[in-house]
Amino acid sequence: MQQRTPIEEQIDLPFVESLRISFQSLKIRFGRSIITTAGITLGIAFLVSVWTNNEIGVALQESGRQSTINTFEETTEQGISTKDIWLIVMSLIVCVVGIANSMLMAVTERFREIGTMKCLGALDGFVVRLFLLESGFQGFSGALIGALIGTLGAVLLGLKDYGLDLFFYFPLLPAQPENGPMQLGVIVVILLGCILGMILAVIGSSFPAWRAAKLPPAEAMRTEV
Amino acid sequence: MNDIVVKTEDVVKEYRMGSNILRALDGINIEIERGEYISLMGPSGSGKSTLFNMIGALDRPTEGQVYIDGQNMSQLSQRQIAAFRCHRVGYIFQSYNLLHVRSAHGNVTLPMIFAGISERERNEKAEKLLDMVGLGDRMYHLPDELSGGQRQRVAIARALANDPSIVLADEPTANLDTITGREIIDLIKRLNTEQGVTVISATHDLKMLDVSDRIVDIRDGLVERIRNRDEIEIEVGEVGGEGE
Ligand SMILES: Nc1ncnc2c1ncn2[C@@H]1O[C@H](COP(=O)(O)OP(=O)(O)OP(=O)(O)O)[C@@H](O)[C@H]1O
Ligand SMILES: [Mg+2]
Repeated sequence: MQQRTPIEEQIDLPFVESLRISFQSLKIRFGRSIITTAGITLGIAFLVSVWTNNEIGVALQESGRQSTINTFEETTEQGISTKDIWLIVMSLIVCVVGIANSMLMAVTERFREIGTMKCLGALDGFVVRLFLLESGFQGFSGALIGALIGTLGAVLLGLKDYGLDLFFYFPLLPAQPENGPMQLGVIVVILLGCILGMILAVIGSSFPAWRAAKLPPAEAMRTEV
Repeated sequence: MNDIVVKTEDVVKEYRMGSNILRALDGINIEIERGEYISLMGPSGSGKSTLFNMIGALDRPTEGQVYIDGQNMSQLSQRQIAAFRCHRVGYIFQSYNLLHVRSAHGNVTLPMIFAGISERERNEKAEKLLDMVGLGDRMYHLPDELSGGQRQRVAIARALANDPSIVLADEPTANLDTITGREIIDLIKRLNTEQGVTVISATHDLKMLDVSDRIVDIRDGLVERIRNRDEIEIEVGEVGGEGE
């Protein structure tokens, strides 16, 4: 055999370069990005509306104000009903499954792209970082919009149930009533919703992207969706 | 001794599907010299693409070794394999495999981004390459806005971005009409003669025969025979004769 030109090690891309590639990808796939993001928005909107609604209910009940419509037929001493817990848990599950599903689909249809990028010299880590950035951005923006929609929904429902009194006792900030459970307040609920949406989107996207990145490119490129 | 770029040693590839094991490559031994134009021919399912993937480090053989530039591919680290794909090989596929979120220009620059080339330099190079393949006026079109032949030209420009010493093409003309296919073959042949790029191409396309230095016939995962240029020319005559 002739001279051995040693094969060098692939370099890492500067972060800015990854950021540019991911934003360009989001921009060009705008329609598809919006649909994926809408999945996140819906999940978080549902969760936050149920949760905020519950916060409002508890707050107004603490204030001694009876709701015009009795939604607390099963109220326990702590002021939180099993029905409400059930609702929150259910909405949380719907949210987790919905977001995981929409991210998974969005990644699966890009397996070929992942294989192709690896043919061009992408490191596995770059592929994962790309999906992390894209999904992080989608997750945050989708969840923020969802949380705001959810809060708005809960406020409208509260207005219907309690009228303008809602605004006097609105549980905006965390509170610890003397004889009641800790209340998170709507701001914290919105924040938690955003964080949850972002984490779910990032995990739901990076995990399948990581698995696809580990595949030999030949296999990744075989998948037709 | 000749300058061997690619050498395979008893390369076996098995695919496991449930309890069945399919032996797609059954011990392939070939040596390819620098600057050669090699066509892998054979019926559908004979293992051409599988061999293509082994030579291009797109998949790992079940058994056997692949040497490129004397380097045993199974001994490379992840980073070395990525660098190998980035710098040493240009891939051209039947289905183009362009990134549809990036323009023609963006597709050509991507391997250069991975190689760490400056923005200015890679823009210049991409323009030069796209000009060379005849797409100077379509640089910023997305792949979806291009015809099949134009997409394949983008793929060729992209394959050349980091000046590879080997171009691997898996049925580059299979989705194209005869005339466009001919143009693509001529383009690849030009790289081979003018720039000394080693070309390894899997194909069904008889038009590929008369530009090849050697033809490797693959059947059932084995090398059936290897024909040289002089033997080929006779047969191209026959093929031409049959057509009339
Ligand atoms: N990922 C895979 N999993 C299972 N079987 C596979 C896989 N890839 C290829 N095969 C099988 O290996 C054999 C060789 O396939 P290959 O794609 O190499 O053929 P080919 O010569 O390129 O055919 P064609 O001319 O149709 O492209 C075929 O029987 C195919 O079904
Ligand atoms: Mg094939």
